[in-house]
Amino acid sequence: MALFDLRLQDVHNKLKGKELSVAELVDSSFERIAKTDSAIGAFLSLNEDGARTQAAELDKTLQAGGERGLLFGLPAGIKDNIVTEGLTTTCASQFLSNYKPIYNSTAAGKLNAAGAVTIGKLNMDEFAMGGSNENSSFHPTRNPWNTDYVPGGSSGGSAASVAAGQVYFSLGSDTGGSIRQPAAYCGIVGLKPTYGLVSRFGLVAFASSLDQIGPLTKNVEDSAYVLQAIAGYDASDSTSAKVDIPDYTAALTGDVKGLRIGVPKEYLGAGIDPRVKEAVMDALRVYESLGATWEEISLPHTEYAIAAYYLLASSEASSNLARFDGVRYGVRADNPDNLIDLYRKSRSQGFGPEVKRRIMLGTYALSSGYYDAYYLKAQKVRTLIKGDFDKAFQQYDLIIGPTAPTPAFRIGEQVGDPLTMYLNDICTIPVSLAGVPAISVPCGQADGLPIGLQIIGKAFDESTVLRAAHAFEAHTDYHKLRPQL
Amino acid sequence: MSVSNKYETVVGLEVHVELHTNSKIFCGCSTAFGAPPNTHTCPVCLGHPGVLPVLNKQAVEYAMKAAMALNCTVADISKFDRKNYFYPDSPKAYQISQYDQPIGEHGWIDIEVNGETKRIGITRLHLEEDAGKLTHVDGGYASLVDFNRVGTPLVEIVSEPDIRTPEEAKAYLEKLRAIMLYCDVSDVKMEEGSLRCDANISLRPYGQEKFGTRAELKNMNSFRSVQRGLEYEQVRQAEILDGGGEVVQETRRYDDAVGKSFSMRGKEEAHDYRYFPDPDLVRLHISEEWKENVRASIPELPDARKARYQADYGLSSYDADVITASKKLADLFEESLAYTKDAKAVANWVMGDLLGYLNANNLELSDVKLTGQGLGEMIGLLEKGTINGKIAKTVFKAMLENGKLPGQIVEEQGLVQISDEGAILAIVDAVIERNPQSVEDFRAGKEKAIGFLVGQIMKETKGKANPALVNKMLLDRLS
Amino acid sequence: MSITLKDVEHVANLARLELSDAEKAQFTDQLNAILKYAEKLNELNTDEIEPTSHVLPITNVMRDDVRKESLPIEKVLLNAPDEEDGQIKVPAVLES
Repeated sequence: MALFDLRLQDVHNKLKGKELSVAELVDSSFERIAKTDSAIGAFLSLNEDGARTQAAELDKTLQAGGERGLLFGLPAGIKDNIVTEGLTTTCASQFLSNYKPIYNSTAAGKLNAAGAVTIGKLNMDEFAMGGSNENSSFHPTRNPWNTDYVPGGSSGGSAASVAAGQVYFSLGSDTGGSIRQPAAYCGIVGLKPTYGLVSRFGLVAFASSLDQIGPLTKNVEDSAYVLQAIAGYDASDSTSAKVDIPDYTAALTGDVKGLRIGVPKEYLGAGIDPRVKEAVMDALRVYESLGATWEEISLPHTEYAIAAYYLLASSEASSNLARFDGVRYGVRADNPDNLIDLYRKSRSQGFGPEVKRRIMLGTYALSSGYYDAYYLKAQKVRTLIKGDFDKAFQQYDLIIGPTAPTPAFRIGEQVGDPLTMYLNDICTIPVSLAGVPAISVPCGQADGLPIGLQIIGKAFDESTVLRAAHAFEAHTDYHKLRPQL
Repeated sequence: MSVSNKYETVVGLEVHVELHTNSKIFCGCSTAFGAPPNTHTCPVCLGHPGVLPVLNKQAVEYAMKAAMALNCTVADISKFDRKNYFYPDSPKAYQISQYDQPIGEHGWIDIEVNGETKRIGITRLHLEEDAGKLTHVDGGYASLVDFNRVGTPLVEIVSEPDIRTPEEAKAYLEKLRAIMLYCDVSDVKMEEGSLRCDANISLRPYGQEKFGTRAELKNMNSFRSVQRGLEYEQVRQAEILDGGGEVVQETRRYDDAVGKSFSMRGKEEAHDYRYFPDPDLVRLHISEEWKENVRASIPELPDARKARYQADYGLSSYDADVITASKKLADLFEESLAYTKDAKAVANWVMGDLLGYLNANNLELSDVKLTGQGLGEMIGLLEKGTINGKIAKTVFKAMLENGKLPGQIVEEQGLVQISDEGAILAIVDAVIERNPQSVEDFRAGKEKAIGFLVGQIMKETKGKANPALVNKMLLDRLS
Repeated sequence: MSITLKDVEHVANLARLELSDAEKAQFTDQLNAILKYAEKLNELNTDEIEPTSHVLPITNVMRDDVRKESLPIEKVLLNAPDEEDGQIKVPAVLES
């Protein structure tokens, strides 16, 4: 088995047993990137010097027996909307192509503290707006399973780099499905934690009330380890929850006996690829065989989620992205006539079409005379959607369905049709609106493209989500499949 | 310029008061005034990508305190909203403010103009962050931005349109300033920008209920300038109305140097601030217990103090008003009364010598070293006859400068009044002998001549002789 | 409600975006399609429903009034497109 196929625990054991040095591990990561990334395009920038310097230091610590925790020395990738001091952070936007962070995000700081080595910054849809990585200002990322296909998005680079074995894990961000959907498309594990579990400090905001950072990994156990490292209260984030962080790996008992699973009929209705439906039904049979029970349920407001989401997220985005004005940082347009011209030119030259479209939508939805009809209405519908989940979780421990209605689509197939693209997020968006945790794990393939199973839990009950995902994984082999590169 | 008597003036004021917290409202940077540009900034107040605000509790409590002191109802639930607009002094391109759930609402303050008390309603008081400062360079074609002030906590206090004259506007501002100082929530220095005022002013024919079209007046940088700006504006609007024209709803900049206001049209466009709840901040739930804790920190306010001074010390309304206008002054007044029972004497010294000195030298009370104990003890020495009024002036001046107690000053400078009859008698006799003409004048019935002789004796004793004693002994000798 | 080219121009101005004629036309169509889809929300009676701006029941998150060190000026200006005397330089707002 290739090094990059190993579990985090196995790599850790090799480091600890001195079979491997951090420097060798980091070198192997860069070698793999050199070999594969021209086809995949997962990275926007590499941290070769920094990573090698850090590796040398970590090796000294390792020699002295001072390695700490499971992530120590492990090569990781970070989505380029997570601020990393010392590494350019662009959000895959032309506007921030020259941005040098002057502080570090809490999540990146936690990875540093755990001794993980940042290999580089990962491609994404510009400002996390999109589901295909085609909206990157620099270049699209391609699906490692078939490079004619999208890797999903917006954390497409994060998913593709893990699937391609370039890094051992990555961080992504999820606003309406941006971790889960690319994880599903790339055949890996992607976890969106409960809103408030992982600090957003240093995550460049798209939609503040929905954004969450989470891990993308090859398997569920790795996901638990990375979550362990990044979860927890942060005084710098007012929306960070003061909750006790359990030992997530301790939850991976393999025992799902007696778990009650609800399967929303709305997630398996019209528009779902029959192969995806079949894969989900197969997964449910696995759970049955393990002693869990499932029933079809209804989340009646699901059909309103996409409309509510696009209004809310775009409104927040229109305000969050206003700071990109060309005054203090970013690419300022040349020779503006005056200040207003500077704003208009810098923003118009710096932002791509999808970002402009959402800023326009959000600005319109918040503007005088329309606030009640759009923004406030969407907030009320959000209450109803959250209510669906609250009600379901009174009876069920987990909600399970597909992550996306279809496997990955071809590059270019949905460009120019934003609404259809938005409809791909039908299974992930309601979860984001409710703020609850969900994981996507591989549960099948169709024409060589992976299919993801979405397991949704109660707020702050990541343990049960991980336990169920882990048990499924233990009885299936989908997570062991690797793309040919 | 005279004001037309056809129209009633209607004024509402929007006052911004900077709260004097140690750190900014949403980050830990210092709020101190006067630092080199951009040295009190961090990723949060500079609006860098990915940063988040965390609310300063002290700012909330100062705002609650100010709201309570202005008789506002403090909200049970309050929240922060984003006010979206692009301007180089606003790093996030939105200001975190409060839209529909401000900290305080429905307050009032009483003002006194021409001996009459009038109540001015306060619509709301809300908490928000300040913007940065722009300096114009390159002949006005470029601006430099200093972000030090960004994020300084502000309360915006919006009055009802209850103000009817420029004098009332000035009285409102003075009372508001006094209350903020009493509460110790702000320095309220207009020259440093810690108190700023915009005014909405309109005219309507007497008897008409509907308000006229208003202009918003900006850029007034002193209370006087507010008064003068409004005076100018009411004449300007009256002339328009008299000429059959219509007042344009617009923002106008008042230039105190030329005493005129100018339209700012063209500099702004239709505003649409797109307020919405800031998703980076959570709601405030203000419990009764929290409110009571804050309320307990509010000292006796000027109106209550004034009433007490009138009732307990028999001060006139005017004197009580002047003394209570400043908390520090009123505190000094009360401190003095621990050392003397003569409140009126204290009031006279405060109103006359102290304020006279401060005004003449353009000083604040905190700039002089006088203590309440010093003033009280000095009045005690006067009562006892240890010093006379003339010496007292010398002692008072010394206390302003060095803060020593009067006993020490008197001793160090040998200022004790001479009440020894033998010593005075010798001087009286000498002066009589040297001034036969004055003695003759007095005896011839020219009463004034005695004043000259007393003056000579006081001069001889360097002002230290007990003047009553001098008078008595002189008369004894001459009769 | 349908969005016109004029609305698009107004919104672009609020958002400080300069759009080409082609972009304006395209956004008019696309925003109309999205907003038409959003009208779906009107099927729901939400008169008695409270809006959700936050999923977490967190209130009163505050910090103590303690000063922290500010950034060195080099960091403040590290990304500045234009600066002078330790300040960010921009064109002045000109009267239109």
